[in-house]
Amino acid sequence: MKSAFDLSFRYKIPLWGSLLIVTTALAVSASLMLLDYDDLKEDLLISSSNLGRTLAKTLFFPLQLDDVWRASEIIKAPLKEPSVDNALQPEAIVVLDKAMRVVVSTSPRTIPMLTGLRQLGLEYAALAARIAESRGGDSQTIDLPESLQLYVVTPIADEGDFLGTLVIVYSKDMLLQRFYRAAWRAGLMGFLVLAVLLPINWYWGQRLSRPLLLLADRMGSLDRSSAIKIEPGIYAYQDELGRLFGAYRRMLVEQERKKALELQMMQSERLAAVGRLAAGMAHEINNPLGGILTAIDTLKVFGDADPRTAKTIALIERGLFQIRDTVGGLLVEARMKSKDLEPQDIEDVRSLVLPQARKKGLRVNWSASLAQSLPLQASLVRQILINLLLNAIHAADSKGLVACSVELDGGDLRLSVENDGKLLTPDQMAHLFEPFSPLSEDGHGLGLWMTYQIVQQLGGAISVECDNGRMRFSVTLPFGAGV
Amino acid sequence: MNWPMLRFGNWRFGLGFGWLLLATSLSVWGAQNLRPLRIGLPHVLMDRQYVLAADWRQYLQNRLHRPVEFVIRRKDSDTTDQLRLQNLDFAWSSDYPYVHFKRRLRLVAVPLYQGRPSFRSYLIVPAADDQTTSLLQLKRMVFAYVDPYSTGGYLDPRHELWMAGEDERQFFSKTFFTWSNRAVVEAVAQGLAAGGAVDGFVWDSLAKTHPDLTGQTRVVAQSLEYGAAPVIANRSISADDFRALQRVLLGMARDPEGVALLKRLNLDGFVPGNAKLYARTAEMMKSIGEE
Repeated sequence: MKSAFDLSFRYKIPLWGSLLIVTTALAVSASLMLLDYDDLKEDLLISSSNLGRTLAKTLFFPLQLDDVWRASEIIKAPLKEPSVDNALQPEAIVVLDKAMRVVVSTSPRTIPMLTGLRQLGLEYAALAARIAESRGGDSQTIDLPESLQLYVVTPIADEGDFLGTLVIVYSKDMLLQRFYRAAWRAGLMGFLVLAVLLPINWYWGQRLSRPLLLLADRMGSLDRSSAIKIEPGIYAYQDELGRLFGAYRRMLVEQERKKALELQMMQSERLAAVGRLAAGMAHEINNPLGGILTAIDTLKVFGDADPRTAKTIALIERGLFQIRDTVGGLLVEARMKSKDLEPQDIEDVRSLVLPQARKKGLRVNWSASLAQSLPLQASLVRQILINLLLNAIHAADSKGLVACSVELDGGDLRLSVENDGKLLTPDQMAHLFEPFSPLSEDGHGLGLWMTYQIVQQLGGAISVECDNGRMRFSVTLPFGAGV
Repeated sequence: MNWPMLRFGNWRFGLGFGWLLLATSLSVWGAQNLRPLRIGLPHVLMDRQYVLAADWRQYLQNRLHRPVEFVIRRKDSDTTDQLRLQNLDFAWSSDYPYVHFKRRLRLVAVPLYQGRPSFRSYLIVPAADDQTTSLLQLKRMVFAYVDPYSTGGYLDPRHELWMAGEDERQFFSKTFFTWSNRAVVEAVAQGLAAGGAVDGFVWDSLAKTHPDLTGQTRVVAQSLEYGAAPVIANRSISADDFRALQRVLLGMARDPEGVALLKRLNLDGFVPGNAKLYARTAEMMKSIGEE
């Protein structure tokens, strides 16, 4: 069974709110009702003891004169206007003499004159006992257990002359009825309050839970490959929730950056491994190859070969030269010292590639801000720039665009070459710098490999990106003491 | 002994009734410098008929050409006392005081009810009581009287018990006075008393104006006739004043305005009357030893 606490906030917030509102409404209504009941009882006690005292005072002389009719008129007066609504109106009034016999009552048929109070039934007998106990006091209220009536008893006495007792009978039923009416009103008010508050609470709960649900959804998508971005403005407030949204956004950026870094590292490691393998193999091949070539050279000079053999030897020699070239291409050695890079070197590269570009009718944007010589090996930088530019010219559309920029950025030299034309897929870009690239339609596919190796050996970085319909290669080369 | 008769003389207890002094337009008679004529009215008969009393007073003022004051006391005995103390010039009173104090009072006029100058006493019980047929069946019950000076509401039923050989002081378990005929009807209607005695004239009048009240009672028996409540004068009153009021009262039946008032009073008129009318009352008093 699903626990209520596992419910979605969409339901939990409004439900808790509703529970709180209903509980409050009930508590307030109930306390109002109880207050009302207490007030009513208090009112009854005050007004009845007032009535009792007034009547008792007025009744003294008629009782002394045995003027029964006058006494009857006096006790009938409070009952004159029978209004159903008035719980404070007595049900009956009885005047008793010293011997607790009825002198007169407002209901002579049921409480006839001269009858002893004890003869009027068990309840009146109990009442008589209570009156006898407390004779002589002030007005008092007698609430007999299990009785439907409330009795207010007042002695009729003046200056110590005790003539009898006045009993005012109130119906508890009337009190209860009035209480029920008050309770009904309080209940109705409570219901109205609920009718207003509950929809507001529901709306508020929905509003509050919506961003929470959204965030929970997005967080759930984090461990999947396609984490969903949160559009800015979906929650524009700077409260805790707003901070959570901000944190989520930052986490997403961090995650993407981490992924890209991992990818890049994997690539670099692969390329480094390939580089080590290639270099090792090149050395292994170069050593015997050098011996073979020397032997063939000796054979050509000193060998006495017939023309057919000589032709074969020449064939072998050409093949071996090709192997040496290829292996040499793989083995990029940047250690040989050449002169520093001069602005003229950049101009030379421009002069070299411009004819090729013109052949294809390309527009070349050239921007070079180099004004002094830099402690970078001029030949290597030239090779990098030529490789990249030739690739760009080759890849650009006919009558397209090739741009090159060379600039200084603090201790770095930045080269950037871009071209329009067909863009590479992410998969192609992942294997771009590997040797024998399948992308190379005519060369042996070692151009970018070599460029990469040179940049690595110079302690720089090379990256490629597709942006705005253009391919851009960026190279950063540090210069100075370290190189 | 718990007999109210012993206490009725305590006239100081006006208990809320006191003097009913109705405003007089002194400007008219001020010039003539005439003393207002003070007339007592019977509370036993006129209970809660103050508008009628005011109209009647205005009528008398107009006819007598002098201011008139009506005085209503709760108890007949108070009216009698005021008459004796000469605080009143005239009084419409139950017949009882007249018989009591014949030597000091003069008979001015006697009302005519149903063409006769006499009333009867009704014995009434609650309408729910369909068993009782005579006063003697109400033994050891609570009984309501009107006023110790009322013939129909006190003297007559006591006389009847005396005739039957009963001791009135022991016959009922409890008796009380309501000080008005109408209140006896109410007390019986409410069940406060098991029976009551009233002037038949008032019960009949109430049956016309308040049938819902009289409907809650049942008339069990009617007494023999006795002299109707007379209008009496203090002996000290001047002959002119005496004749003037007598003339106006007797003339009411011949005057449309007077006739309208008589109709509201449920009377046919006033006649001079004589002491013989009250012979039965005197006899009853004598027989129960109350003279």
